[in-house]
Amino acid sequence: MPELRYFEAVNQALQEELARDERVFILGEDVGLAGGTFRVTDGLMAEFGSRRVRDTPIAEAAIVGIAIGAAMSGMRPIAELMTMNFGIVAMDQIVNHASKMHYMFGGQVTLPLVIRAPGGGWTQKAAQHSHCIESWFVNTPGIRVVIPSTPYDVKGLLKTCIRSEDPILFIEHEMLYSTRGEVPEEEYLLPLGVAEVKRPGRDVTIVAWSKMLHEALKAAELLANEGIEAEVVDPRTLDPLDMDTILGSVLRTRRAVIAEEGWRNVGMGAELAARLQEHLFYDLEAPVQRVAAADVPTPYARNLERLALPNAQRIVEAVLKITL
Amino acid sequence: MPVPLADQLQLYRNMALIRRFEEGVAEAYAEGFIGGFTHLYIGQEAVATGAISAINHDDYVIGTYRDHAHALVREISPRALMAELYGRVTGVCKGKGGSMHFCDPERYFMGGYAIVGGNLPLAVGLALSIQMRNEDRVVMAFLGDGASNQGVFHESLNMAKLWELPVIFVVENNFYGIATDVRISSAFNEIHRKAQGYGMPGHVVNGMDVIAVREECEEVVKYVRHGSGPVLIEARCYRYQGHSMTDPGRYRSQAEADLWRKRDPIPRLAKQLVQQGLDASRLDAIQREVNEAVQDAMRFAESSPEPPDEALYEDVYVESYGA
Ligand SMILES: Cc1ncc(C[n+]2csc(CCOP(=O)(O)OP(=O)(O)O)c2C)c(N)n1
Ligand SMILES: [Mg+2]
Repeated sequence: MPELRYFEAVNQALQEELARDERVFILGEDVGLAGGTFRVTDGLMAEFGSRRVRDTPIAEAAIVGIAIGAAMSGMRPIAELMTMNFGIVAMDQIVNHASKMHYMFGGQVTLPLVIRAPGGGWTQKAAQHSHCIESWFVNTPGIRVVIPSTPYDVKGLLKTCIRSEDPILFIEHEMLYSTRGEVPEEEYLLPLGVAEVKRPGRDVTIVAWSKMLHEALKAAELLANEGIEAEVVDPRTLDPLDMDTILGSVLRTRRAVIAEEGWRNVGMGAELAARLQEHLFYDLEAPVQRVAAADVPTPYARNLERLALPNAQRIVEAVLKITL
Repeated sequence: MPVPLADQLQLYRNMALIRRFEEGVAEAYAEGFIGGFTHLYIGQEAVATGAISAINHDDYVIGTYRDHAHALVREISPRALMAELYGRVTGVCKGKGGSMHFCDPERYFMGGYAIVGGNLPLAVGLALSIQMRNEDRVVMAFLGDGASNQGVFHESLNMAKLWELPVIFVVENNFYGIATDVRISSAFNEIHRKAQGYGMPGHVVNGMDVIAVREECEEVVKYVRHGSGPVLIEARCYRYQGHSMTDPGRYRSQAEADLWRKRDPIPRLAKQLVQQGLDASRLDAIQREVNEAVQDAMRFAESSPEPPDEALYEDVYVESYGA
């Protein structure tokens, strides 16, 4: 199987879906002539023209809103937010509009809409440019949240999302774009709502997604040296959420650590921990642990940023706390 | 009123300081001392230098992520700024903000912001505060051409005019928002005329000519300070570097870049000063002085400590409650 980088896998998915369905089009800042801030849309304007790969002004609220309008009238837009941080500018369109309309209008309006946005910290981008806020949107009914961690997943899931009838927030991670992985040459789609066990193990379950999945795999490697076999589960989509796979894993290991890059307070980890105790209270051998970002605006200084953000070492510590 | 020679020399010094500072930043970035997003101001020196020279020290300035120059012209010490870039505790924001978030309220520099357009309503709020407190101050708010397409730009202009607030919007039109040419992002790209939609005067000035910027701003500041309401100034300029340190800037043609290089504001003023009879050795002395200031700032930054671990949880809130 050929190896692709994550950004190339996204590019392929976009290319294939643009070629497959004339209603699909892309709009966003620097997506056309420049080929995307992270090279994700490289070559697409040359192939599909500036009507279908549209450069926009810096106007996130309008970018998402225009995509909604186009989606409700027969198009299948893919709106790109240069980064998740600017999705906050478009929050009203995403939360007040996209996520509500199908329900509020009694099912008469559908929004086959994908909003793509990379998020994440790690390179001293400081407080306004380091957001990992997927949990905000999981908290909002009516919009799906998909957050793949590998080139294989990102391609298969993005293609499915583009063909979906619902509004979907598709969150990539800036630090994952250059990572490599195998991607088959033949077409494939991955279903939403199906988690994957990325590494089997019997002693503890680590649930992690996006960049933290890779930190969790590193942690599992370190733990293996200590004789602890960690199972690493990647939900891949946070809404819909494949609780069955997660519960099945924890039922076997009886211990769970949830690792996320977003803030700890009321984060996705809190939701997962709550569900685990609802279903498995009497099967758990230890309290569910959360590894997450410190509840502070992300600091610039390198040493403080490292303290603020979770990593493999922090995951190892959380596991040791409940396995020793 | 023509700009006095002493002031012209000060303008020269500030532009030279900015350029040298930014060159120092590029070196330190390449050596790994500086991280994150770092946006240089090389090429645009005349705008911040000329504009801020036309206001009083206690008038407010508010900027964007491209904020090094504005902070320097506000006389924040190069040491405190460089240390901020190095992420050190001696930095102007204790190392927490970095390049895009300089701030020094004591010098009425009300911050750099990394969300395009995000600073504009803040500027209007500063002006509202001035009006409500009957203060003799104005606000000078900086933004880029790209920011003039954000919704919040239009909301801010409207309310500034509606309430006749003392704010000057300085649009630094360097013709690009990252890779996007203003001609494909703004339906109406005479940016100064966007002000007219709100009944606000809009002016255009050559942002490569510091004297022109200074003179234009002096007039405008007088008008705004007098209580006549907000004004927008479009300063046409060019950034010589990429958008940020990670951008090679391939979307711009060599011919275009060469053309703007010929308009470099620093040699331009040097030439004018010599024509006015100034001994060129004075300019060399200024260059040496700013070189030394930047070297000193870099040494200071490198030898400063990182923030202590406890700083992570400091300054999230002002007040604490038992928990
Ligand atoms: C709301 C928002 N959208 C997108 C970005 C990414 N971004 C940073 S700077 C920039 C271009 C801004 O161009 P302009 O206003 O002309 O200022 P310049 O950088 O040229 O000084 C963009 C798109 C951002 N920081 N904030
Ligand atoms: Mg610009």
